Amino acid sequence: MKKSQILMLIGTSLLIGLFVFPMWTITLGAPQYPEPIGMNIWINKIEDMNPNDLKNINLMNHYVGMKEIPEHIKEFEYFPYIIMFMITLGFIFGFVGKPKLYLVWFGMMCVLGVMGMYDFWFWEYNYGHNLDSKAAIKFVDDLGNPINYQPPLIGTKIILNFVAKSMPSTGAYLLFASMFSSIFSYKIATKKLA
Amino acid sequence: MKSLKIITALSLSALMISCGGNNNQNGGGAIKSDIAEKVYVAPGEHDEFYSFVSGGFSGQLSVYGLPSGRLFKVIPVFSQDPEKAYGYNEETKPMLNTSHGFIPWGDAHHPDLSQTNGEIDGRWCFINENNTPRIAKIDLTTFETTEILEIPNSAGNHSSPFVTENTEYIVAGTRFSIPYPQQDVPIDSYKSNFKGALSFVSVDKEDGEMDLSFQIMMPGFDYDIAHPGRGKSHGWFFFSTYNTEESSTLMEVNASQNDKDFIAAINWKKAEEYIKAGKYTVEPANYAHNVYDEATHMATTTMKKEVKILDPALPGLIYFLPTPKSPHGCDVDPSGEYIVGNGKLSADLTIHSFTKMLEAIENKSFEGEAYGIPILNYDDVVAGVVKQSGLGPLHTEFDNKGNAYTSFFISSEVVKWKLGTWEVLDRKPTYYSVGHLMIPGGNSRKPFGKYALALNKITKDRYLATGPEVTQSAQLFDISGDKMELLLDFPTIGEPHYAAGCPADLIEPNSKKIYKLEENEHPYATKSEADAKVVRDGDIVHIYMTTIRSHFAPDNIEGVKVGDKVYFHVTNLEQDYDVPHGISMIGASTSELLIMPGQTETFLWEPKQIGIWPFYCTDFCSALHQEMQGYVRVSPKNSKIKLSWSLDGE
Repeated sequence: MKKSQILMLIGTSLLIGLFVFPMWTITLGAPQYPEPIGMNIWINKIEDMNPNDLKNINLMNHYVGMKEIPEHIKEFEYFPYIIMFMITLGFIFGFVGKPKLYLVWFGMMCVLGVMGMYDFWFWEYNYGHNLDSKAAIKFVDDLGNPINYQPPLIGTKIILNFVAKSMPSTGAYLLFASMFSSIFSYKIATKKLA
Repeated sequence: MKSLKIITALSLSALMISCGGNNNQNGGGAIKSDIAEKVYVAPGEHDEFYSFVSGGFSGQLSVYGLPSGRLFKVIPVFSQDPEKAYGYNEETKPMLNTSHGFIPWGDAHHPDLSQTNGEIDGRWCFINENNTPRIAKIDLTTFETTEILEIPNSAGNHSSPFVTENTEYIVAGTRFSIPYPQQDVPIDSYKSNFKGALSFVSVDKEDGEMDLSFQIMMPGFDYDIAHPGRGKSHGWFFFSTYNTEESSTLMEVNASQNDKDFIAAINWKKAEEYIKAGKYTVEPANYAHNVYDEATHMATTTMKKEVKILDPALPGLIYFLPTPKSPHGCDVDPSGEYIVGNGKLSADLTIHSFTKMLEAIENKSFEGEAYGIPILNYDDVVAGVVKQSGLGPLHTEFDNKGNAYTSFFISSEVVKWKLGTWEVLDRKPTYYSVGHLMIPGGNSRKPFGKYALALNKITKDRYLATGPEVTQSAQLFDISGDKMELLLDFPTIGEPHYAAGCPADLIEPNSKKIYKLEENEHPYATKSEADAKVVRDGDIVHIYMTTIRSHFAPDNIEGVKVGDKVYFHVTNLEQDYDVPHGISMIGASTSELLIMPGQTETFLWEPKQIGIWPFYCTDFCSALHQEMQGYVRVSPKNSKIKLSWSLDGE
């Protein structure tokens, strides 16, 4: 078996990590939370970073009218299948061994990645906007428009008294690694031919 | 003219010399800031040591940090505390039950920390009650009193609790001897008739539950302080006595006549053998055992009905060590070899040797007996005397370098001396009239020789004046060097009789942050807002209520009638650290409730007037704390109205 094939197969198997590790983490720190509270986002669920964090995030947010973090969103239903499909496809392509296929796989992963990020951004948009009209506390900006509490897509953002950090977690890093392996396999394979 | 010049010159120089003595000011400033650094715990930082200081006549146990001297908590133990609803809410009222009924106050004297292998282990703090004889156990994961055991056949409980080196036993000793059993006799029949009960309470290895293993009915002396042997003397317990004159009136004169009283050495391992061999009698008794269950958040009282009694004259069980003069403390050094008798009314400190004591027993060097108990020959047990060390020695603590520190009440000082050579190394004044000392780990094999805390009885001008009644003071000394150095002076709650301390890392990591809601087994717990309800049972109404930021559920209740007994069972649904909620009701003859996350507590309200009555959250919990309130509608007694409850109309 060629080196590039092995690399492609290993890279694909890294995606299995998405079933074992969380993909993304959002933390909220504040003066009264010296130990930040946060959530771990998996491909099929959102969980407490530390026990009771989700409950406490919801409690904090209800004052400004944010909805509760849902236990279930429809993305959680089909994400696992998409990943399983890509794993299967990756293994098939790896065994077949045609470098062009690695490129195709990489391309598909890129498209899926962008779609995923957009979906995540959209979810965060809804979460931070569409506030309850009966909310006890309504902050407005200088122009009198209600401010939103959209968490950052990636990076740090100050929202009221909280410092919100949105960062990839182990699962996402494994995903990046798998994508990198696939393109690297392609490079190795094509160099050899040339 | 010349003589005038000389006189002027001499006078001027004399003036300059006398005014020039201010060169030390800069030195004073540098030393001052040096000391300040030693006690300054910067904002956000934690102290090195916990110190548990008794509140004396307040009945409570206070928790201070050392070296800052900051007060963290006043743990209610023997007295009601309306701040925490201890002794006011339905769940903790049973803690203050005794064979005399519900007693709302106690006199908390001596805290001591649990040990394993002669070292402090940070699990529990025990403390005695001097008025209604009791011992309490405080759980150091929640800093709450979780058990109180009453001691029968005692009047006052002073030489208590003092933990053995593996927490096998804590002891109780009656301060006042009384007839046993109690009977109607003239008070002056005291001598030779009254008895002093010494009690050994076992502590369960797993959950720390206390049980009165056995009592010994000792001669009618007063029993003062006790300490366990350790290391080589583990298995023995030493109790100081005074009033061996057996007087019952004007004791300040009549109990101070004998030039020696006793330290009673009790071989509790031998006592265990006698118990195993059945050499005891079982006598009826009546004493309360109150246990707080952390899963149900409730205390229950069980009345215990009997006690095992051992005869003090059983061979090999007890020996008396003569000790001058009305000794107060009897303190055992970390090696277990030396037993220091702090003879309150003598100017010398007497130190007995455990090794010599065993020899004297072996050789039967007795100078007599009292009530069948052998009195060992004084000269054969004494190891040394620290002469003219001060006036009114009370208590000796030890560091980890073979030094002893004794408090002197009358001469108001702490004296440092060397074990073995008996020479005085240093003395420092206290402000004023020190009672007891505390060196963290001082009553164990492994003291931490960094700080000593002096607990004083008289304060006078030490702090800003606060009228005739002033706080009591404590001084913190640095004992790490050759000489003691005064670092800090701080006020203390109630009257600190005694204290026990240990490094913070033995306790802090195990401190509970919340009660898990899923572990709550309170019979009236409500684990979600959907389960909140109000139930009527005749004229008793049970409200199953929840709290969460920032509302009660239900918060509108109708159908309550005048004459009802309304129980508010409130569960705090929070699962976040430091988010308690309180609740209080206008007209309820009790305190507020202060409920921790995941906990359920209950108070009783008996409405006497019709109308709409509000309740509200008493602990500032959130930005909308001011909105956290509710109403109860009270209808006339014969109204046909049905119970209803809602939150936001539902």
